Amino acid sequence: MQFPLQSFIAVSAANPWTYVLFGVIGFAFGFTLEMSGFGNSAKLAAQFYFKEMTVLKVMFTAIVTAMVLLFGAVGLGILDFSQVWVNTTYIASGVLGGLIMGVGFIVGGFCPTTSLASASTGKIDGMMFMLGGFVGAFLFGETEQYFTQWYNNAGYLGRLTLDQVFHLPVGVVVLIIVLMALFMFWGSEQLERIIGKKDMSHEPKLRLVGAGALVAVALAVVFIGQPSLDSRYAKLTFTRTVNGEPVTYTADQMLENRLVFISPAEAFKAQYNQSMNPIYLDVRSEADYNLYHIQDAVNVPLDRLTEVVPTLLSEPPANSVFVVMSNDETAAVKAWKTLSASSVPNVYILEGGINNWIAFFGKDDPQFQPNLNAGDDQLRYTFTAALGAGYKSCSPSPIEYEKLTFAQKIVLQLKRDKSGGGCG
Amino acid sequence: MTTATPAKPRGLFPKTPKPYVHPYFGGMVLGIVLFLALLLTGNGLGSSGATSRIDAAIVDAISPSHVDNNPYLLKMAGGDKNPLDDWIVPVFFGALLGGFTSGLFNGRLKFETTKGPNISVRTRWLVAFLGGVIFLYGARMARGCTSGQALTGGTTLSAGSWLIMFSIFGSAYALAYFVRKLWN
Repeated sequence: MQFPLQSFIAVSAANPWTYVLFGVIGFAFGFTLEMSGFGNSAKLAAQFYFKEMTVLKVMFTAIVTAMVLLFGAVGLGILDFSQVWVNTTYIASGVLGGLIMGVGFIVGGFCPTTSLASASTGKIDGMMFMLGGFVGAFLFGETEQYFTQWYNNAGYLGRLTLDQVFHLPVGVVVLIIVLMALFMFWGSEQLERIIGKKDMSHEPKLRLVGAGALVAVALAVVFIGQPSLDSRYAKLTFTRTVNGEPVTYTADQMLENRLVFISPAEAFKAQYNQSMNPIYLDVRSEADYNLYHIQDAVNVPLDRLTEVVPTLLSEPPANSVFVVMSNDETAAVKAWKTLSASSVPNVYILEGGINNWIAFFGKDDPQFQPNLNAGDDQLRYTFTAALGAGYKSCSPSPIEYEKLTFAQKIVLQLKRDKSGGGCG
Repeated sequence: MTTATPAKPRGLFPKTPKPYVHPYFGGMVLGIVLFLALLLTGNGLGSSGATSRIDAAIVDAISPSHVDNNPYLLKMAGGDKNPLDDWIVPVFFGALLGGFTSGLFNGRLKFETTKGPNISVRTRWLVAFLGGVIFLYGARMARGCTSGQALTGGTTLSAGSWLIMFSIFGSAYALAYFVRKLWN
């Protein structure tokens, strides 16, 4: 079974169980916070005077526990990390918002979720914080329009993870954070002893065992590594409706049955289909691309394809259809395998590649001479000049080609709305 | 020695509060809850999003035309969109119920005000309210609070979330000295 479970990815009235599941998750969340003492503002605020480091201990224990389990599961291939919501990075609004939150924290004594744990047990200050929260969120909604440009663009880096920032394997980052957390725990206990005058001799010895176990699991995460593209490719499945029945195909079967090859006509007509947003990815060399390419095609040479995967996963609208193309099909098939294994949705291959496109839309163009020496995946035409998208057939006339018949292969699969992830 | 030791809290619904669990244990349980949430749904934990969604639902009920003139609310409540149809809303109400249940089983259900020793109850209410206003304003700006950003984003290694985490604690520590009268 592959996690996360598709049916639970978004709450919807069509599947009431999603409400139940998220409700249960929230219940466990609130229960845990309350039993850890997070309903008590004096306990929370003590953190900032180094008297009692409960907040830091609970929070970082939670982070490192969840982190080693998460990336362990990803490494073992149980969980598809590209399907896990990763908070989008907006440097400017994130940092300023964080600084403002810090003020609210030390003045109010709570953060939003801890105020829920507090209010629900009858703490009146928790209720006041919650009430203030509704006002604060309302005020933000009313004022966002005055700085919406800054809010939505300043320092926007998309889905960016620390391993990408530091160019380190995920496992190594996890191990560093675990060691950092353990060092902070040690430091916190020293502070509690010195400033908080707490007797540390009764602290359970079991915590040392826990620390050892955490390091061991983190080391295992480093050792297991993250799943290779090959292993992810082998697990891919696609569903198509055949004679009214859903049929599941593997990725190789999709290629064998040519279900992901779309004709030049379909690739062209996708531009005029309101339901989809086609993005043409030309994976040939820059030289070939400069000779001839389809209007609006983006040149991403095959060996640099993995660099753009994070962008493809996070940025374009949900109804994007990626059409990869090479001169024939060899490089495009490789690109399709890479992108599909990286969980990029709706990837298709231009059938017969650019050569087929020219044969279809530009067969009468006198500027093209057949290149009889062309090998596999090479241009079968010669060009008098490198005009790029300057030829007539690069952007076929929608009037001239208004009526085209083709077997429709694109089955739009809407990925979930990522804007619904995180805290909304 | 005849001094009576306070009776140990007993029973399913004790009258006197039981002690809080050890922070490392609490953190471990919280981490497992967070992991299961990510594993099953691909989403982590959060709550501040629900606050603004509930706000949007209220505004939508009172004045739908106001929603149509506000791009931020429009994203949540425009047209036939129901702002409450989001994973974070059941998490929010679940958390309230979970906190209540833990309080019930641990004898901590009591109307009271937790505060520093040198301020009045009224002052505490006022600053709690003010803190809530400020915190949620910042949380919406940062697109998530300590749960959605620091905890969940920290776990998934989001670069932005780690920045936000340091910003929250940085400014709280920087300001702590100036508001020490509130807490000490």
